[in-house]
Amino acid sequence: MRVRGKRLTPVVALLGLLSPAMAMADWTLNMSPGVTGTSNQIFSLHMTILWICVAIGVVVFGVMFWSILAHRKSQGHKPANFHENTVVEILWTIVPFAILVAMAIPATATLVEMYDTTDADLDIRVTGYQWKWQYEYVDQEFGYFSNLATPADQIRNRQNKGENYLLEVDNPLVIPVGQKVRFLLTSNDVIHSWWVPAFGVKKDAIPGFINEAWVKVEEPGTYRGQCTELCGKNHGFMPVVVEAVPQDEYDTWVADQKAAAEKERELTQKDWTMEELMARGEQTYQTTCASCHQPDGSGSPPAFPALKGSAIATGDVQGHLDIVVNGKSGTAMQAFGSQLSEVDLAAVVTFERNAWGNNTGDMVTPKQVLDFKNQQ
Amino acid sequence: MSAVADTHTQEHHHGPARGISRWLLTTNHKDIGTMYLVFSFAMFLLGGSMAMVIRAELFQPGLQIVEPEFFNQMTTMHGLIMVFGAVMPAFVGLANWMLPLMIGAPDMALPRMNNWSFWLLPCAFLILVSTLFMQGGAPNFGWTFYAPLSTTYGPPSTTFFIFAIHIMGVSSIMGAINVIATILNLRAPGMTLMKMPLFVWTWLITAFLLIAVMPVLAGVVTMMLMDINFGTSFFDASGGGDPVLFQHVFWFFGHPEVYIMILPAFGAISHIVSAFSRKSLFGYSSMVYAVGAIALLSFIVWAHHMFTVGVPLAGQLFFMYATLLIAVPTGVKVFNWVTTMFRGSLSFEAPMLFAVAFIVLFTIGGFSGLMLAIAPADFQYHDTYFVVAHFHYVLVPGAIFGIFAAAYFWLPKWTGHMYDETLAKTHFWMSFVGMNLAFFPMHFLGLAGMPRRIPDYALQFADFNMVSSIGAFMFGATQLLFLFIVVKCVRGGEKAPAKPWDGAEGLEWTLPSPAPYHTFETPPEIK
Ligand code: HEC
Ligand code: HEM
Ligand SMILES: [Cu+2]
Ligand SMILES: [Cu+2]
Repeated sequence: MRVRGKRLTPVVALLGLLSPAMAMADWTLNMSPGVTGTSNQIFSLHMTILWICVAIGVVVFGVMFWSILAHRKSQGHKPANFHENTVVEILWTIVPFAILVAMAIPATATLVEMYDTTDADLDIRVTGYQWKWQYEYVDQEFGYFSNLATPADQIRNRQNKGENYLLEVDNPLVIPVGQKVRFLLTSNDVIHSWWVPAFGVKKDAIPGFINEAWVKVEEPGTYRGQCTELCGKNHGFMPVVVEAVPQDEYDTWVADQKAAAEKERELTQKDWTMEELMARGEQTYQTTCASCHQPDGSGSPPAFPALKGSAIATGDVQGHLDIVVNGKSGTAMQAFGSQLSEVDLAAVVTFERNAWGNNTGDMVTPKQVLDFKNQQ
Repeated sequence: MSAVADTHTQEHHHGPARGISRWLLTTNHKDIGTMYLVFSFAMFLLGGSMAMVIRAELFQPGLQIVEPEFFNQMTTMHGLIMVFGAVMPAFVGLANWMLPLMIGAPDMALPRMNNWSFWLLPCAFLILVSTLFMQGGAPNFGWTFYAPLSTTYGPPSTTFFIFAIHIMGVSSIMGAINVIATILNLRAPGMTLMKMPLFVWTWLITAFLLIAVMPVLAGVVTMMLMDINFGTSFFDASGGGDPVLFQHVFWFFGHPEVYIMILPAFGAISHIVSAFSRKSLFGYSSMVYAVGAIALLSFIVWAHHMFTVGVPLAGQLFFMYATLLIAVPTGVKVFNWVTTMFRGSLSFEAPMLFAVAFIVLFTIGGFSGLMLAIAPADFQYHDTYFVVAHFHYVLVPGAIFGIFAAAYFWLPKWTGHMYDETLAKTHFWMSFVGMNLAFFPMHFLGLAGMPRRIPDYALQFADFNMVSSIGAFMFGATQLLFLFIVVKCVRGGEKAPAKPWDGAEGLEWTLPSPAPYHTFETPPEIK
């Protein structure tokens, strides 16, 4: 494979002139061994089977190309007259079989290990949503969403693309190094798949199922991956970013997260002004709602309705709260009541009722949202 | 051996009818075969132009040409059209033309059903393609249409998609019944099963696969239909259903389906390799047994498409072992082809070029298949461009090159003219280079971590994507040359003798070229 890559080099050089984006790129040919025991084992299985294939290929294609060169009619070669040979035929059934058995043994061992999710030090629930990941630290009782952080301007080619284009998120998953972390994967809507190549972990997140996977990372660092199961229009835009940090750093981070969650709860009690709610609402809207309803509220009907001028967003407040908090089952409109804090819910509803010419003048406070939730 | 359907006797010594009714009402296997082939090539161009849209969008990172919604519609329609519109009908077309000629039969056993099974196809594809113009767009959930993306979250046009699949299924099943009835009942006296040409054997086995799995496909889309329109919850977890059930049922159809797309090509290639090696096929009976073994094994490997779904360990191991096992009979076939060439007297006309490329490149696709079968490694390969590379290596040089090889091989028999050899060789070399340029880099992309079915990608994937797109445009444009070559060959050219290839064997070469409208009205005697 490497040889092939080298032969391509002149072509590459030519193409390099064509595109400035190529300066960023590289010509990786092979899988990388990754940073976990599992990913290393997978890598060595991959290399073994690859070399087996290359060896078989050399023999088979060798015989073939020899015939192509030596046994040509144009060189006056006369055809031989054989069309059976039981010994040879039995041999080339048994030998491949033996090779496969030899291959299956280490593969089985690796698989057994990958499936051993017992004795985890830490459980994290990973839930797929259209189109973001939710990470919940089951034992520490906090959680958050992780959204694509690449600006739309980069995607639309109005701005230069950054180094981690499409592989960056607002809130990465944080895990401690040296610990066995178990993931419990599920989904809120369609099937997604959570993949970090450097860990050798790829597992589907399926609604109604809880899948398990585990990882033990030794090296601190930032590891990037993507959703790998087609999950709708933004399937290409829901990356996974994991930060593996030393234990003490992890502990501080957990404490911060808990404090922040507490602060968020306090915010509900605060008195908010219209301006504050609008500003916060716009932010929430752009990260949470714009992927379907569009940044300018125009939606893309019929799949995703416009909010600009929508009967619900300009009508009764209760109705508006109802669809945002409870979602609408059987459609892509999720129940945001459990995903966003009261403050964010209040802010985003206020924003929708007053943005893009929806000038209702209504202000919805966090307390109203709390009351609405409690009524139910 | 019973006689032909007697409805046919009245028109016996007539030539074809004139005008449109010749094609609408025909029960002649050659006319129907031609229609299948023309239809399939039209679909190949349509599905191919969608591939061009995909590759154009992926030429550079960023969104340039299409929106993600439309991109998903393109990948879905490309897959569906290529599988159900291009490859399968092409093989049925070849079967229609060649099976009666190869077994010494006057026509297919069920000629009226033959007409019906063809004409259903344009209806089905009219419906499928019309979804592109519906509100909410065409199906956008991949050719594998996993629930609940295709049910609860599918576009309104999904119901039309289901209807189209049903019609295609009916057409395929009728075609398969016809093939089985023809092969089992209409062989010339003396042609025992183990004397049948391999193309006949592979089609017989393919037909049984079709009858076994097309109803399963119909079943799964019907369950979708019920979920979408009648309130059931087969696949809806919130109603107590099971989204994974969908995948089991789909792949129980889907895996045999991939063999349906390759077995007839195995048959055709066997004839071509032997003809241009001027040496009879090595290991005829082991070839037959290998195809049988592949077909049987294909029913017990489906969950190798679902290694990341969370199948229990024991299941995972079973499907890994079974999948590895399939490599054995597949290997036997490749070894037999190579040994057929070994010490032959080889020449390289267009059919042989395509056949040799078939063997080499299909084997490369087989190697990557073997890698994918290693379940732990599949955790890294699954749903990346490595898989896209794998299945294009088995489908493009496999199914498509197999079809091109067969077409060039039999074109003189069909048209009575030799095709333009220089142009055909150009077609081959451009396709060969374009195809490898388009698909080989996809292996690297997949291994470096690029997921499939995405309209935009991270910067480290930029170089190989650009190479791949250039290769794809080259491959795509070259196919117009094939159209030109065929049209030129139909309209004229050097007269073809009854047997234009000196090494070819089989009953079809005992007939004049072009084959008369009615052939083998009295069955030939085999030895
Ligand atoms: C995954 C896509 C998606 C996201 C993200 C999303 N919505 Fe929706 N939304 C929908 C769909 C689909 C509907 C239409 C539901 C129906 O069929 O009635 C909808 C409907 C609505 C409506 C009613 C509009 C009308 O006129 O019918 C409101 C209000 C709304 N969403 C607000 C929000 C808010 C606020 C957010 C962010 C917190 C949000 N949506 C995020 C998909 C989405
Ligand atoms: C003209 C040459 C072709 C090109 C350039 C091409 C290109 C592509 C590309 C780039 C994809 C991946 C799309 C994605 O994952 O985002 C794809 C998918 C696919 N192609 Fe092709 N293809 C070609 C021919 C074929 C042929 C001949 C077949 C079948 C016989 C085929 C069957 C498929 C299938 C089944 C898929 C999967 C669709 C899906 O993900 O649902 N392709 N093709
Ligand atoms: Cu996804
Ligand atoms: Cu399969």
